Amino acid sequence: MLQVNNIEVAYMSVIRVLHGVSLTVDDGKIVALIGANGGGKTTTLKSISGLLKTEEGEITSGNIIFNNHRIDKYHPESIAGLGISQVMEGRRVLEHLSVEENLNIGAYRRNDRAGIKSDLDMVFNYFPKLKDFRRRTSGYLSGGEQQMLVIGRAMMARPKLMLLDEPSLGLAPLFVHEIFKIIKKINAEQKVAILLVEQNVRAAFGIADYGYVMENGRIVLDGPADKLRDNEDVKEFYLGLSTVGSQKSFRDIKHYRRRKRWLS
Amino acid sequence: MTFFLQLVITGFGLGMVYALIAIGFVIILKCSKAFNIAQGQFVMIGGYLGFTFLVTFNLPVWASILAAIAVAVVMGGLIERLTLRPLVGQSVLAIIMMTIALGTILEGVATLVWGGEYKAYHGALPTITLKVGEFSIPPETLIGIIVSILVVVALMALFRYAKIGLAMRATAEDEQVVQSVGIKVTSIYTISWMIACVVGVVSGIILGGVSGVMVSMSEVGMKALAVVLLGGIDSIGGAILAGIIIGVLENVAAGYLDPLLPSGGGLANVFPFIIIIIVLIFKPHGLFGLKRIERI
Ligand SMILES: Nc1ncnc2c1ncn2[C@@H]1O[C@H](COP(=O)(O)OP(=O)(O)OP(=O)(O)O)[C@@H](O)[C@H]1O
Ligand SMILES: [Mg+2]
Repeated sequence: MLQVNNIEVAYMSVIRVLHGVSLTVDDGKIVALIGANGGGKTTTLKSISGLLKTEEGEITSGNIIFNNHRIDKYHPESIAGLGISQVMEGRRVLEHLSVEENLNIGAYRRNDRAGIKSDLDMVFNYFPKLKDFRRRTSGYLSGGEQQMLVIGRAMMARPKLMLLDEPSLGLAPLFVHEIFKIIKKINAEQKVAILLVEQNVRAAFGIADYGYVMENGRIVLDGPADKLRDNEDVKEFYLGLSTVGSQKSFRDIKHYRRRKRWLS
Repeated sequence: MTFFLQLVITGFGLGMVYALIAIGFVIILKCSKAFNIAQGQFVMIGGYLGFTFLVTFNLPVWASILAAIAVAVVMGGLIERLTLRPLVGQSVLAIIMMTIALGTILEGVATLVWGGEYKAYHGALPTITLKVGEFSIPPETLIGIIVSILVVVALMALFRYAKIGLAMRATAEDEQVVQSVGIKVTSIYTISWMIACVVGVVSGIILGGVSGVMVSMSEVGMKALAVVLLGGIDSIGGAILAGIIIGVLENVAAGYLDPLLPSGGGLANVFPFIIIIIVLIFKPHGLFGLKRIERI
């Protein structure tokens, strides 16, 4: 469904951020993309959704294919039209608009009134809180409610692929569990593929089918999520299951290459 | 009492015109984050268009207004596409400079096309009158009030209920989000400039009916800035309320105080600027701006 092929990305033509990133998302799957801060995860999502172009970023080589369309040169609105919805980092609700208006904006490109109405009910079904607050100004919702709202807004477009950027950011542990359960449910019931960027590696690998680990603009490790979960390095660096110092990186480990070969 | 009522009603008419011009400012501020200095020139062009359609072509009022609106839509669209679009992503200062240039060019165009002379067309308006107590509202004021109320109601409905209005409000908040859901922001810009141009032109027709048209009429744009400030810069509802307040206050103050001044008049011309100074000093965020949402 989605193939990112060896893309390199630079901001303002000089700040090179991605150095040949490739990844694949298959129909109906959840793929997790994890890695340290500043590794280029958000940049990867923005490259796919086209929003990179709104920030003076550019894909300087490689390509992105989505359902037989080569989309790396498309404008964000055309990419959204093909069925890719990005939920941006940091709960970007339209603050002065009501909850319902925020959801309606998600369905902006659609004209099937009946479908929009039933999808609104579907979103309210996944997030009953939003229904109670439908007339409320969204800027006054709590962080968790805003996260539900932006996910709901993305669903209103009836996407084939959702790009979720750190949905757990700043949420209480119990609520993280809750939201990941709902994400899994949406994926299963609505048949929407999900590319999930997360710091909460445990939660992400808990629902993902496949995972990629990113560092300094490169994919350094990938594999089925259950295998990655058991991987010693992932355990050590991202699941905090080791007592070794925290300053190390994959790049410092000699046996990393061998591991990668073993995994692929 | 009749005199007072008269001042209030004509002031209300004037205030609605200020409100329309201010709405033009607010719409552009919301999408381009810059003051459109040429808004007053849109008004002036509207006045001349009113003259052309009402007098030269001898069209009825409603047809003249519709024709002028059509011209305004084309004009607003062209202006955005040709002069503002290339500046997307540039600094606010660049946009303001562009609108200053636009304003001057529009004055030049008006001088070329209409000769820049004083034109009046209140004679071409139908003579309907409405009596309030002893005082009968003059037809140009009455028509002005009706038209401006219609336009304001239409705009409010557009922003509140129409899909495109929702998209415009969303774009004002977060352009990236709006693009991520598949809305083309450049078309939102185009529509914003079209609407700004339409409200400018319609207020020009109304104002031209009341006081005639000439190139210097564009100065009313600067007066409407007081309305924008008082209204809180980013609020359409605030602009309407502030427009009415300033229009009525200005008219009443001028009506009672002008005869007492040694010059015998002129208060109306400075009144809005006195308001600008007072607002900037005591209430720099205006009276009715959108609330900044800050949660802890
Ligand atoms: N608009 C931009 N202009 C210039 N540099 C940018 C821009 N956005 C991101 N960068 C740089 O690109 C690098 C990767 O950023 P990115 O946001 O993709 O990281 P990330 O993996 O999402 O990090 P985090 O986990 O902190 O969200 C960082 O060094 C960042 O400073
Ligand atoms: Mg990020």
